Amino acid sequence: PAGPSAPHQRPLRRPHASPRAPVLPVRGLQGAGRRDLAEPHGCQETGSAQDGGRQRKGRHREIGTIIRSLGCCPSEGELHDLIAEVEEEEPTGYIRYEKFLPVMTQVLLERRYRPIPEDILLRAFEVLDPAKRGFLSKEELIKYMTEEGEPFSQEEMEEMLSAAIDPESNSIHYKDYITMMVIDEN
Amino acid sequence: MGCGTSSSAKDRKSERALRAALIIQNWYRGYSARLKARQRYALTIFQSIEYADEQGQLQLSNFFSFMFENYTHVCEKDPEFVSRLFGNTHQDDKDRQDYVGLVDVPDSYNGPRLQFPLTFTDIDLLIEAFKQQQILHAYYVLEVLFETKKVLKQMPNFTHVKTSPSKQITICGDLHGKLDDLLLIFYKNGLPSGSNPYVFNGDFVDRGKNSVEILMILFVSFLVYPNDLHLNRGNHEDFMMNMRYGFTKEVLHKYKLHGRKILQLLEDVYTWLPIGTIIDNEVLVIHGGISESTDLNLLHHMERNKMKSVLMPPFPIDEDYAADLKNKVGTTAVPRGVRTSGSLSEQLTKHEWEQVIDILWSDPRGKRGCYPNTSRGGGCYFGPDITSKILNRYQLKMLVRSHECKPEGYEICHDGKVVTVFSASNYYEEGSNRGAYIRLGSGMTPQFFQYQVTRATCSRPLYQRVNIMESSAIRILKERLISRKTDLIRAFQLQDRNKSGKLSLGQWAFSMENVLGLNLPWRSLSSHLVTTDKDGNVDYMSSFQDVHIQKPVKEAQSTLIETLYRHRTDLQIIFNIIDSDHSGLISMEEFRTMWKLFNSHYSVHIDDSQVDELAERMDLNKDGSIDFNEFLNAFYVVHKFDKLHKSDSTLA
Repeated sequence: PAGPSAPHQRPLRRPHASPRAPVLPVRGLQGAGRRDLAEPHGCQETGSAQDGGRQRKGRHREIGTIIRSLGCCPSEGELHDLIAEVEEEEPTGYIRYEKFLPVMTQVLLERRYRPIPEDILLRAFEVLDPAKRGFLSKEELIKYMTEEGEPFSQEEMEEMLSAAIDPESNSIHYKDYITMMVIDEN
Repeated sequence: MGCGTSSSAKDRKSERALRAALIIQNWYRGYSARLKARQRYALTIFQSIEYADEQGQLQLSNFFSFMFENYTHVCEKDPEFVSRLFGNTHQDDKDRQDYVGLVDVPDSYNGPRLQFPLTFTDIDLLIEAFKQQQILHAYYVLEVLFETKKVLKQMPNFTHVKTSPSKQITICGDLHGKLDDLLLIFYKNGLPSGSNPYVFNGDFVDRGKNSVEILMILFVSFLVYPNDLHLNRGNHEDFMMNMRYGFTKEVLHKYKLHGRKILQLLEDVYTWLPIGTIIDNEVLVIHGGISESTDLNLLHHMERNKMKSVLMPPFPIDEDYAADLKNKVGTTAVPRGVRTSGSLSEQLTKHEWEQVIDILWSDPRGKRGCYPNTSRGGGCYFGPDITSKILNRYQLKMLVRSHECKPEGYEICHDGKVVTVFSASNYYEEGSNRGAYIRLGSGMTPQFFQYQVTRATCSRPLYQRVNIMESSAIRILKERLISRKTDLIRAFQLQDRNKSGKLSLGQWAFSMENVLGLNLPWRSLSSHLVTTDKDGNVDYMSSFQDVHIQKPVKEAQSTLIETLYRHRTDLQIIFNIIDSDHSGLISMEEFRTMWKLFNSHYSVHIDDSQVDELAERMDLNKDGSIDFNEFLNAFYVVHKFDKLHKSDSTLA
């Protein structure tokens, strides 16, 4: 039909029931008795992974990414419930677009899973920093993010740290961090 | 936890901490998802534009057919011109002495000196030299190419390989001239050797800036270990593709004196590259994909070296017509790949040609069935049912292919039967994708290894990488917009009945998709491309405000400039073909003839006289010849708010 561009027909995969295990990067060279090169100048690999484990994990996040990029902020638990609403009766591992669309439309119309306002986010950080220093140490942030609430995977933790951390003090100045992220989004 | 009143304070405190953590995690996951979505959009933009360009060359191919059909008319007027255009370049081995014998390596040459017969020390030598950005002398390049052709000629169309638990094989995908990626693979996985075999699955050249170096390393390694280093032909191992996508330019730039010889020899070497590799009689490794009619038996037996280029399909030649041509213009003046003497046997049959195109150009898709690959203009889209059918027919278990850039460097589809492996990381832009390679061995599951080359000493955070990618993608998208400005404005105005200068978002998206022919998420991208008012209506002229095409000559009309800009890559290819001595110059007469043909085939509504005038102004030294590269480079897009660099609007 003329007008909006054709909807994507790609099927979406449901998450696996098993908890997300951190994926360990495999570095270094394998095996002996082979002629190896000296490290190429000016190049650096940024992580590698063995087998399809990483692939599977990536797929599992696709629905979450789609829903969140539409402006909704469900928790992991809410996300699982939402997916349960749309997945197939016989678990094929896929979700049909035709089933997803009406449910998602409803979510948007009802303005469900509204995003967190900036000031609430700031207060959350302040709760974790009762001494009101204005920052959290790297260890503290890791502890809270990977042990409390709906824990981060190792990958998520690394990602957050790479942008948030101040390398000199090894701490996270959360006010600046929040401001930076908000500016980037707009 | 203890009991009593003090613990309830503790409980409240840890409950608050829990809630705070939840809030932060929730926010972060939302933010992270939006970043990934932006990354995806950028990738989609890069990919659609890339494929649209590939599709564009289908038109070019039709143009060549059109030219040949109108041959006799043009012929009568200017036989010289036509013979130049369709000049035959046939190499005999006896030319080798002529070619290489005339090339001298001066004592002052500081680059690597290869010793024939080649050994593994030559591989090391080359790698060290290329790391230091040295250039291999043309003499050695030519020698390597001659040797490679000689050895490749003895190889069958499909190389059959056996692995064992102690001798696994590594498969790499597209490299596209990215030397850093090849070096990184060798660093992680070891150099090729008798105990460390490799398959390189095509597309070694074009786009990146070290295609020559990659070819040299691969060919030298092949000559040292011909039974353990396997090369499959990709769709870019094609002299016509090279003209468009940068390899020709790279060669002529690095080898100003002997570049032409190298290119001519390369044309031939490409045609001798094997079509594919079959591992343990189970895994088929080819560059693109398959179609429902893929016939491996036919592909095993055809004369693969007759496949010159995707842009030169076999021409149905009538024997009388052929004889007529021969009389009129002589044997040298017929399209490459077609010869008048015993003409039909010098070509592939149409069926054979299409079979090879399918192998080199097809892409797997989720939809069942087999459909023409409209994005690329060649090959087809094949579904999981096609994969099953073909694999079963030949008792194979898996298809490994390349040809498509994947964010993670590899992708598995069709229920585990099709694997895409792509080895050029950061293909579109820094941070756009990882590269990967596969290790296979009998009795083991395939292992995937990923990597990403980075120039920075410490890796950038994700949001910075996404920003870089996004701005790069938007930039080339804007250049696309400006090259279709007239058509876009016409389409917008058609919908803007009130002449208000505004359209709804839906109307705007519709026109954009229709005119540009790119299947992109226009609504999500609108904030980057156009200004919207508080009612959500789009001010459609705002896209054109901060970009314009630089006019090489002030008085030239905008539509002319726009048209030339839009077709610049096609024109570049055409000019390159006319300029058979690669001098960089064509005569005014040739330019005029070419333009007339181009004009009529592409239905370009530009006055011949306008182009004439423009060309005359471009002939700066008034000697009757035009430096066409300068001519075409004079058309570039200026981004108003980007003072830092002049945009190079090709994807290379």
